[in-house]
Amino acid sequence: MQKLNELALEKAKTLLANGTVARVLGWKKGELGYDLEPAVFYSESDLEGFIYNAFSGANLSKYLIEESKKEGKVLVFLKPCDSYSFNQLVKEHRIVKENVYTVGIECQGKLDVKKLKEKGIEIVDGVIENVDDVTVISLGKEYNFVKEEVLLGKCSVCEKHLLSYDEVISLHDKRTPKLDRFEIVKKLEAMTADERYAFWKGELSKCIRCNACRNVCPACNCLKCVFDNDASGIASKANSDSFEEKLFHIIRAFHVAGRCTDCGECSRVCPQAIPLHLLNRKFISDINRLYGEFQAGEDDVTKGPLTAYTTGDAEPSEVFGGNK
Amino acid sequence: MTNEALFPVVGVITDIRRDTPDVKTFRVVTPDGKKAFEHMPGQCAMLSIPGVGEAMFSITSSPTNTEFMEFSIKKCGCLTSWLHACEVGQMVTIRGPYGNGFPVETAFKGKNMLFIAGGIGLAPLRSVINYVRAHRADYGTVDIVYGSRSMDDLVDFKEIQEEWKNEKDFNVYLTIDRPQDGWDGHVGFVPAYVKEVNIPTDRTAILCGPPIMIKFTLQALLELGFEKTQVYTTLEFRMKCGIGKCGRCNVGNQYICKDGPVFRMDQLEELPSEY
Amino acid sequence: MKKISCENLSKLYSEIASLQELYLPVKESGVTNYKKYENGAEVDIKTLKTVKSAKDFFFPQTEDMMEFKVNGKNIEINDARKVANPFVIFGVRACDLKSFDILDKVFLQEPVDTMYKAKREASTIITLACNNPEQTCFCKTFGIDASNPAGDISAIIVNGEMLFEAKTEKGAELLNKLTCLEDAGDTDADAERAEIVKKSENLPFANLNLDEFKGENLMKLFDRPEWAELSKACLGCGTCTFVCPTCQCFDIRDFITNEGVRRFRCWDSCMYSEFTKMAAENPRKTQLQRYRQRFMHKLVYFPQNNDGVYGCVGCGRCVQKCPQNLNIIKVIKKLGGKNND
Repeated sequence: MQKLNELALEKAKTLLANGTVARVLGWKKGELGYDLEPAVFYSESDLEGFIYNAFSGANLSKYLIEESKKEGKVLVFLKPCDSYSFNQLVKEHRIVKENVYTVGIECQGKLDVKKLKEKGIEIVDGVIENVDDVTVISLGKEYNFVKEEVLLGKCSVCEKHLLSYDEVISLHDKRTPKLDRFEIVKKLEAMTADERYAFWKGELSKCIRCNACRNVCPACNCLKCVFDNDASGIASKANSDSFEEKLFHIIRAFHVAGRCTDCGECSRVCPQAIPLHLLNRKFISDINRLYGEFQAGEDDVTKGPLTAYTTGDAEPSEVFGGNK
Repeated sequence: MTNEALFPVVGVITDIRRDTPDVKTFRVVTPDGKKAFEHMPGQCAMLSIPGVGEAMFSITSSPTNTEFMEFSIKKCGCLTSWLHACEVGQMVTIRGPYGNGFPVETAFKGKNMLFIAGGIGLAPLRSVINYVRAHRADYGTVDIVYGSRSMDDLVDFKEIQEEWKNEKDFNVYLTIDRPQDGWDGHVGFVPAYVKEVNIPTDRTAILCGPPIMIKFTLQALLELGFEKTQVYTTLEFRMKCGIGKCGRCNVGNQYICKDGPVFRMDQLEELPSEY
Repeated sequence: MKKISCENLSKLYSEIASLQELYLPVKESGVTNYKKYENGAEVDIKTLKTVKSAKDFFFPQTEDMMEFKVNGKNIEINDARKVANPFVIFGVRACDLKSFDILDKVFLQEPVDTMYKAKREASTIITLACNNPEQTCFCKTFGIDASNPAGDISAIIVNGEMLFEAKTEKGAELLNKLTCLEDAGDTDADAERAEIVKKSENLPFANLNLDEFKGENLMKLFDRPEWAELSKACLGCGTCTFVCPTCQCFDIRDFITNEGVRRFRCWDSCMYSEFTKMAAENPRKTQLQRYRQRFMHKLVYFPQNNDGVYGCVGCGRCVQKCPQNLNIIKVIKKLGGKNND
């Protein structure tokens, strides 16, 4: 898997050198081995900091909203999940596709630093990744894990595959997830209303309204969010009424319904470990049942089920029962 | 209530005067008809309409006025629009005074003064000018260069014509941006007018107006031979507390609400230009 | 000195809670935060870094200030502050304790913030030494000793026992009331403390160079081109500021209720796009400017105004929590001076 990094780096260097692109959007090495940050590289010497490895979890597509509007082409590395966000952003006219050179890159799931920490790993000196397992070297010790133990939540159920790109860097077939992403939705649906309320109350009451979920979300791409609008009366400040934070997340889930690709960034970034993606996944599950299977971001043209009206559209009450 | 910094008292608007199409002057006293608190020229107060907003405004009346405070307010946002729509008798909340104010008792004392303002920028200076008038013997010659977009946009026009122009050793130079019927005075921008008038460099200058006007007027003054140490200005920033704690109105390590809003140009030069 | 076996800590918690409200790190829904102690709570004193810091006790994320009754043109103001009842915070680490000093410099400076002061005075702080400082801890860079925080009572775990020492009169008073504690006799913590000091010293960011961060370099640092690169990935969320024990920016807002208008104070973040926005202007328009503001404030402006005391305690929460892995260590390494690699 280390070979992928070399190939990506080589690709970036070549395309920069021959003028195909003016800059590269990728991941940059950090200070602790796992703290990679999204970065833009302008030259071969900049690329010394480039790295693609098991910690390149951050979805880069949203940065293209800004980067694709600048002078010259930008090379972006897209993992399978990132590319669905990319398509969706192109579809919503947020990214200028002509200004982006896309390189799809193989991904066998990225690691969750929080899970590693629970295993006693606080710093990473090296990582050897295979399709189904991973070895993390920390302070001279080697730790071997089956992927499922340490993958980011979004990765452990990922069924996404490499879509169409200008180029692709891939050496292995994509691993098949051992878990079904709707399993947890079914579990929530099986709860009684009171149990479900208690579950969400427990989770959402942890919210500190830092807005990390919203700001990282590729589907949350409004130029000005209603929660940032002072004049709206609902500006994004914690209120003394704790119900407001529940509404915030529910409103957000409604707003991205049909456009959410299930990239899982919301849950990856939440400082309080709230499984926010479950709200979105419930919507995806409902949309599938109401309008047929639909994966947002699978291409960059098809209208989503909530934005395309047909006379054959189901009434939710016909599918779920209850009053119209 | 208390006299704690973040806790206001109730004030009543007893008079509203339209100065220009978008500037009104509000007179505020406490419900029992007194001044809410004492202040120095250049200091500010937080005014609020509960549920609408709270914001910092320059106190535009002179401290020598013992009966009330006045605020000349331009309609530009939520709270100011609300105030512009309200009537006499409306209650507001008020807290203050905040900021350092102009050094009228120290650096300005005994000096010849030059006031330069653009548009609503005259409002904060009105307090100093009237303070100087009230302590006329403590200050030398006073020059006032004031410009606005049009005749109608000159704030305090009546007071300027009827009172300031008649004050001993007061020279008032008015200008508007473009020619207009009924205006026989100077036409042109403030920075150019300042150079045209060729004011002697023995003045202490105070600038107030839009950032672009400040920038070019300062240049004009420097070209006339003024030093930055002779030139003062007053800054504007979003504020929430007024006491240097809420963290937003800093320029470098200086808090505009507490260390400002009045700064000398040479002091500002040592700070980032993020204002 | 007094002591208790770590196995009996729940007795201690119950006894303190019977005297005063007790807050301590509790694990709930997978994360550890300070919570009010209740029987059966999953107390977690292993986790060094609660997600939210202990600043919440004195400067809560949101607190009511006053209520307005509005009737036509008339306004009536009523105090809505809650009375601060005495309370105990247990398990405060050295970094968070130091953050209180920093917050004091802001809130207790004239004019004193009475909402903060009341809660500060109502508190009794029991600190806890960090037996195992983490790789992301760098309190030592700011001269903090993780082995020996003071507070009102200082606690340290030595060989399965927790030792207590009163550091203030208030602390001694509480300690004397606790019947579940026994006299520590000749047990002492010196060896354990020495061990912690050694561990702290060997952490990767224990000795970051801060030389460049001084008032006379303000303009030079402000103009450093590296801010663009450092801030590039910043999402403009408030995570760093909300988990930070020293970030104290706040907003004052009105909330329209059925009865009138409630004015409350809440945390705000200099990372937010509308933080400095005025009706017509915004002095900090870009994320670069906002990012720079946060670190310049902690590393340059704050020490400049407060006798050289930095506005960071090296707790490492931002290192763990930034969604895109930006943090103050990267800033210090880039701009702090030589030998930071």
